[in-house]
Amino acid sequence: MSEKLYLYPVWLRIWHAINALMFLVLLVTGVSLQYSNPDYQLIRFDYAVTYHNIAGIILAFNYLIFLFGNILTGNAVFYKLRRKGLVDKLLKQMNYYISGTFKGEHTPFPVTKKRKFNPLQKVAYLATMYMMIPVMIITGVALLFPEMIIMNVMNLSGIYLTALLHGIVSIFLLIFLVIHLYFSTMGSSPTSNFKSIVNGYHEPH
Amino acid sequence: MKIRYFLILIFLLSFSSLWAQLNVDMKSEPAKMEDNKRCFDCHSTHIYTFDNPVSGITERKEMNPNFVFNTDAFYSGVHRHFSCTDCHSPDYETFPHNAELRFEPMYSCIDCHGGDEAFASYHFETIEEEFGKSVHASKHNENFNCWMCHNPHSYKAMTRSDFKISEIVSAHNQMCASCHDNPLHFQRISDSTKKPLEEIHKFLPNFKLHFSAVRCIECHTAVEDTMWVAHNILPKEMAVKKCVECHSSSTMLISSLYKYQTIETRKNRGTFNSMLLNETYVIGANRNIYLNIFSIILFGLSLLGVAVHVFFRIKKK
Repeated sequence: MSEKLYLYPVWLRIWHAINALMFLVLLVTGVSLQYSNPDYQLIRFDYAVTYHNIAGIILAFNYLIFLFGNILTGNAVFYKLRRKGLVDKLLKQMNYYISGTFKGEHTPFPVTKKRKFNPLQKVAYLATMYMMIPVMIITGVALLFPEMIIMNVMNLSGIYLTALLHGIVSIFLLIFLVIHLYFSTMGSSPTSNFKSIVNGYHEPH
Repeated sequence: MKIRYFLILIFLLSFSSLWAQLNVDMKSEPAKMEDNKRCFDCHSTHIYTFDNPVSGITERKEMNPNFVFNTDAFYSGVHRHFSCTDCHSPDYETFPHNAELRFEPMYSCIDCHGGDEAFASYHFETIEEEFGKSVHASKHNENFNCWMCHNPHSYKAMTRSDFKISEIVSAHNQMCASCHDNPLHFQRISDSTKKPLEEIHKFLPNFKLHFSAVRCIECHTAVEDTMWVAHNILPKEMAVKKCVECHSSSTMLISSLYKYQTIETRKNRGTFNSMLLNETYVIGANRNIYLNIFSIILFGLSLLGVAVHVFFRIKKK
């Protein structure tokens, strides 16, 4: 086995753990609120509102750790995406997931000290962390303080439009979670990546 | 085939009759503006003048604020075709008014509207019956009359017209707040002191938003299907406190606050939800069917993708 790489510093692991936990609380309470049913309540409505609000606020503050952590520690480098040849790189990575991995091929972009993410991961993380999560935080804060929202936008409730955007992005985040969890099983062993995010060391293939 | 068309015709006609019932004439010109001018000369201003025959001078006096009426509100209200003396004694036509006139009995809604076929769809008898069961009637007996809440000089039948929900909510809540959020007015019927509404309702998340989006009666009345506005105000212990009563797809607001809009939307072949989308948002009640289907398909596809991938991983191992 190759040498283990220390890729996930303590601050990042703490951020990730809080983020993951709050993400799950928000997901479960969010589903419970959106599909609330008097006959079958996943979580009692008023409890779900409180948990959702608290988890949302924690996640929003935790996001600041992510932002400042990336800026201050240089972790942001791992997210840098070069446009040149990007499509080819993405196709190469997709091709690996679709067929290469079954043929026993090696991953085209192995994890190194300088390359934590493959191009597909970069795109997915950039979209998630720098687009979807900020949208969720902004719309979430707006829904927490609805007096900030424009009440009427072309005869549509501003609160509804904000909630709609919050809901649509949450669906994509749910899909992200499914794929993120699944791809985490594609390390050197199905559980190695889960261990990595706890102990900080990446196990190369 | 002909029978089918006939049935469709009957169906459409039945809706058009409902339309006629629901729309109150709020547009025709007031009938007796000239008759009322003399009353409103004094009773629409805070200062009135009169010639004192004893002193021979023209005096300016301040009008009792309870007897000042907004003429615009009167002439846009449901009673705008009336002359003042249709309801008040003709003796008011002389000035100064006879002091005994203050003992004049006031009509209640049922005195004029009870048993009238023209107003059958308003169910005034049921309103009277429901009001009789309410805490307003049981606690305050005959001291509590229709005019404590409904101002006959400006009343509009808002719930069955094209008013915005926000306008209906604001007007109806104002009726309750005029006593329940005004200690001075509240003393007209009770010596007890009330806690501020905000404190009583602090269990509601964002109580201000709730107060601007739904009416007090949504939680504080027993809904009666034949009526547009429930009048059986329940004791506070019986008020709705379960969030899901409103925050669910079977929201009770359909049969109360959104009743008119629900019928309108159904008539226009829309869905209740599309109505909800326009003006308001209730977590748990607004469900966009397309978004629901889209999310289920997307979630299902991602799970399927994972399952297929797992299958090949195991097979090729």
